[in-house]
Amino acid sequence: MVLSRHLDERVWLLNRQGKAAIAASAQGHEAAQLACIEATDPSKDHYLIYYRQFAAMMALGTEPEEMLRGFLAKTDDPMSGARQFPLHGAHPRVDLFNFSNVIATQLPQAAGVALADKLKGSDAVTVVFFGDGASSQGDTHEAMNFAGIHKLPVIFFCENNRYAISVPLEKQMGVESVASRAVGYGFPGVQVDGTDVGAVYEVTNVAIERARAGDGPTLIEASVERLLPHTTDDDHTRYRSSEDIVQMLNRDPIRILAELLKRRGQLTDSGDEEIHALAKKRVNLATDTVDAEPYPSVESMFDHVIDSSGGHS
Amino acid sequence: MTERTVIEAVRATIQAEMRRDSSVIVLGEDVGIRGGVFLATDGLIDEFGEDRVIDTPLAESSICGIALGAAVNGMRPIAEIQFADFVWPAINQLVGEASKVRYGTNGVKTAPMTVRVPYGGGVRGGLYHSQSIEVLFAHTPGLSVVAPATPFDAKGLLATAIRTNDPVIFLEHKRTYRLVKGDVPDADYTIPIGKAEIKRPGTDLTIIAYGLMLHYALQAADMAAANGISVEVLDLRTLRPLDEDAIVESVSRTGKALIVQEDTLSVSISSEVAAIIGERCFFDLDGPITRLGPPEIPPMPFSPIQEAAFMPSPDKILAAITKLAEI
Ligand SMILES: Cc1ncc(C[n+]2csc(CCOP(=O)(O)OP(=O)(O)O)c2C)c(N)n1
Repeated sequence: MVLSRHLDERVWLLNRQGKAAIAASAQGHEAAQLACIEATDPSKDHYLIYYRQFAAMMALGTEPEEMLRGFLAKTDDPMSGARQFPLHGAHPRVDLFNFSNVIATQLPQAAGVALADKLKGSDAVTVVFFGDGASSQGDTHEAMNFAGIHKLPVIFFCENNRYAISVPLEKQMGVESVASRAVGYGFPGVQVDGTDVGAVYEVTNVAIERARAGDGPTLIEASVERLLPHTTDDDHTRYRSSEDIVQMLNRDPIRILAELLKRRGQLTDSGDEEIHALAKKRVNLATDTVDAEPYPSVESMFDHVIDSSGGHS
Repeated sequence: MTERTVIEAVRATIQAEMRRDSSVIVLGEDVGIRGGVFLATDGLIDEFGEDRVIDTPLAESSICGIALGAAVNGMRPIAEIQFADFVWPAINQLVGEASKVRYGTNGVKTAPMTVRVPYGGGVRGGLYHSQSIEVLFAHTPGLSVVAPATPFDAKGLLATAIRTNDPVIFLEHKRTYRLVKGDVPDADYTIPIGKAEIKRPGTDLTIIAYGLMLHYALQAADMAAANGISVEVLDLRTLRPLDEDAIVESVSRTGKALIVQEDTLSVSISSEVAAIIGERCFFDLDGPITRLGPPEIPPMPFSPIQEAAFMPSPDKILAAITKLAEI
């Protein structure tokens, strides 16, 4: 969690230095993402992410160097060979992918992935991440409807940070919560405090067990804060009040978790500092390594448009 | 060898491919007990069950999105769009998503999916059951677009499409479904994507066509032969990638090209074919590259007289042949 935060901060710095063209941040979403991943089985489960699952990718074992190669568009970017924006493409080791920047397209795709598992008799679960803005798309409705009909092993994991760029929740939906919509699809919808690792782990675990048992989907809505502007190209002071900004800082999940652990006597101040120092060192090392790496060659842009072998099944 | 219509060839091929490979599934509106509105999946649910022949909700974007997700997870889905006119809600999942899966993951993921799309007019379909939608797909790197015109080609190309490891848009002209019959071998065979075929050899000029227009072109060529004009007819069969060499070879030989299509001419397959001929056959041309198509109005009016006026026909093609031959 701390490593994800430090690396995330570094990426924004690299953007200000003109080295990372664009970044979206998971700062504020870390607890929700890490706890969700913790409840899954990376050896068989599928993860369809969008651009904000920085911490989820870290939780799945992505090395800082690998993350940075995506942001700096270096030749060894493991997700897409630097063809796509950071966090887009397919992960080299776990079945995590994100085909496009187009909001909510991953939800019907996730239903399809889960359908294939059901047909194959696999007990793998598909977790698909999306934002509150994405909940308004037709694809979201279509995916949940289909998943409900076929009781697919899929978890719809909504990270509700109350903003879609600048558009606030009350202009996104006429209901109180995204989770409340699940009733319209015939499966449970749960709201959870996305800054509470224990709570997110618990609800995800229940959803995973339900899915693995063949009982169908769950919609989880984790309420989180987007601590930074939408992306490095955004300025949220244009649309967030200063009270809102101050308030949200109280919901920084890293601070909340550290305070909890300290209250319980499971973390000391010096231990906390040491964790941060180690993370910083790791990030420095990764930055130096990746900064020196080359960009992809022009020739490689012609690869993988279509099966060049004309290969058939 | 069995004589089949185009729709029968399509159905038999889906059935054969489902028998051959258990990862082949069918999904779409009314594909189950109804067997599809054109009966392309008639009886398949009885043989393969509800798991492999899936009646989806009425939602095209997710039909294609689900097919894509299943494809990247080991299935070979055949998604049916009931009518081409209703493919627009799914454009994002096809042009936006499926086409870039291989490229956008640097070759890690592939999407072996076939999207069957009944298209085309001359069926009293009006504005929303007559559309030709090929151009947008043919414009998109990462997709293959196939448009067979005969039962033989439908079988060979559909088998190839289903077995191909990338997304294929498979266009079936609705008017050919029952109109066009032909002998189809019962044995397994495939036809490569990207290969045009000379359906009638000739020496005076080349007609380039696909889909229903191929048949109209063949009829017009017969009529022209009676007037002493020898017309070669080239069936494109695949619209992406176009078989450039076949186009160039034929037109270089005959020296004249007439491109016939039912789709709106501006910014279309015919534009692309004309550009290829212009670039590669310039010194072999004995006349202007000529195109015949419908007027630039929304395709196509419901009323019979207007529909007939809209559609290219053997007579209109014959007139264009005669004019070009006289130059
Ligand atoms: C279909 C589509 N429309 C618009 C955009 C531009 N866009 C990118 S992110 C975004 C907001 C998304 O908000 P949300 O789903 O709540 O996710 P968050 O960024 O808050 O995590 C918009 C409008 C897009 N990428 N795709």
